[in-house]
Amino acid sequence: MASDTGLRRFLRRRRITLFCYAALLPVLALFLYVRIVPIGFSLMLSFHRWNLLSPKRPYVGFENYLNLLEDENFWLALKNTSIFSFSTVALSTCIALPLALFLARRSRFSAFYQTLYFLPVITPMVPVSIAWKWIYDYNYGALNYGLSLLGLPAVGWLTEPETALWALVIMGVWKVLGYNMVLFLVGIRNIPAEYMEAASLDGASDWQRFWRVTLPLLRPILLYVLVTSTINAFNVFTQVYVMTLGSQSAPGQAVRMLVFDIYTNGFQFFRMGYASAEAVILTLIVLGLTLIQFTVARNKAKEG
Amino acid sequence: MARRRIGARIGLFTCHVVLMAGAVVMVAPMLWMFVTAFKTQAEIAIWPPVFLPQHWTLENFTGAFRTAPFGRFFLNSLMIAVITTLSVMLTSLVAGAVFAKYRFPGRPLLFGLVMATAIVPFEAYMIPLYLQLVGLGWVNTYAGIILPYLFMAFGIFLMRQHVSSSIPTELLEAGRVDGAGEWWLLARVIAPLSGNALAAVGIFAFIQGWGIFIWPLLIANDQMLFNMELGLTAFQFAFSADIGKLMAGSVVSVVPMLLVFLLLRRRIIENMALTGVKG
Repeated sequence: MASDTGLRRFLRRRRITLFCYAALLPVLALFLYVRIVPIGFSLMLSFHRWNLLSPKRPYVGFENYLNLLEDENFWLALKNTSIFSFSTVALSTCIALPLALFLARRSRFSAFYQTLYFLPVITPMVPVSIAWKWIYDYNYGALNYGLSLLGLPAVGWLTEPETALWALVIMGVWKVLGYNMVLFLVGIRNIPAEYMEAASLDGASDWQRFWRVTLPLLRPILLYVLVTSTINAFNVFTQVYVMTLGSQSAPGQAVRMLVFDIYTNGFQFFRMGYASAEAVILTLIVLGLTLIQFTVARNKAKEG
Repeated sequence: MARRRIGARIGLFTCHVVLMAGAVVMVAPMLWMFVTAFKTQAEIAIWPPVFLPQHWTLENFTGAFRTAPFGRFFLNSLMIAVITTLSVMLTSLVAGAVFAKYRFPGRPLLFGLVMATAIVPFEAYMIPLYLQLVGLGWVNTYAGIILPYLFMAFGIFLMRQHVSSSIPTELLEAGRVDGAGEWWLLARVIAPLSGNALAAVGIFAFIQGWGIFIWPLLIANDQMLFNMELGLTAFQFAFSADIGKLMAGSVVSVVPMLLVFLLLRRRIIENMALTGVKG
């Protein structure tokens, strides 16, 4: 009798384990093929030289990485991408936070404003880039028309090296602002009202309450927003491709970004190993940013 | 006290003005795109520009559809978005439920691997993936375009959270006592109780699937396979002077997303916010 239930339990166990593997098999196979294998392949390629056509793929050690360190285009791309990412993130955070604070007060119209601010977040990047390119147009652009009303001279937003990157930053801020704002708003609303009331009773001004109560309690979300939007910004590609290539193109170098550089090295010059080394560096940057988030979050949790 | 109240009023008014000004900036580019799409060629080139078209025209739309197969692009986008959404919902449900409710050897390792590789940007491994598909002979096929988007690590994570927190294990046990198989439980117990979470995953997948760009740019060379995004880009390079048609094409690409958003806006905003905060 005892051994019978034991056997039955064993069979049941085995049946469930088999079910688990059977259920996961398609997803895991797909996962292996479209993610694990290419990530490994990318790492492997970064230590080889290969032009896609040649049957030979010699191992070159760290040569690709060393060459990258001496490649002006790579440094330029890294610099531009960093400027783009950090500026977009800093600006969008600094604008989204006060807006969220305002919205948290005016709860009656909150849904209406959230909808409008969220619009750019869900619209696809290509049509939005085309619209912004037209707004930035030197001759007929709405932005230069605005400048002319103020008596200012027209600017070649996307065609001058000094402004092209900033034109992308402005559009980048516009695209992510609503997302950051909504996240902050949820965070602010989750702060227990008693904290605020207690601070008010102690005679704290609005300003003091913001610095002493709201901001410290908002720190986990703030950190999350900062890191995720920096990572997303580091992968910038579509808007650069749409807005600065083709006719009336921008000074290519002024807006050369990492992913664009990877794309060019891989698919125009067929330097597969070189492009892969660059991709590995992009991954390391993103990993580094994520690690920073985890460590800071953990330290804060310990302090708290 | 009275002064305080007036101060608060002014404060609220200022908030309102700032929020409104911001909202105008948010909407303006899209609005500009819409009105430009309905202007005649002559009106687009007027200086100073006028906001509303004096003669509303559909010429840009008919013209755009005549010059490029936008109908085809549109259907391609729709097909890619629908197939990837269905697949992401199915795979997220199955994998999420299994990771949430079952103990089996290798579970922590497998789940950890799925999550850990989720932060590696797609752009960082797209080249080797492209090479793999060259080997398969899937370049220039719908299958090749769709393949990387058939599952979503984030969706699996979301469904796991949902199933482990809101579906009681006792319910599944009761089903087993009654002789229900695991597949039956998945389809008849877990799935019906996961409507909201599945909808959230589906919305994410649809938005992603509609907007994919860099991957089709690599894998689809045949114009007949282009999605809206790729078609618009190609059209832009070929007809960059024809702003009216360009804007018309952009409107066509934006409208489905706008409809989805306006219909489900509350749910979309809440989901995005909550998943971000929990994330």
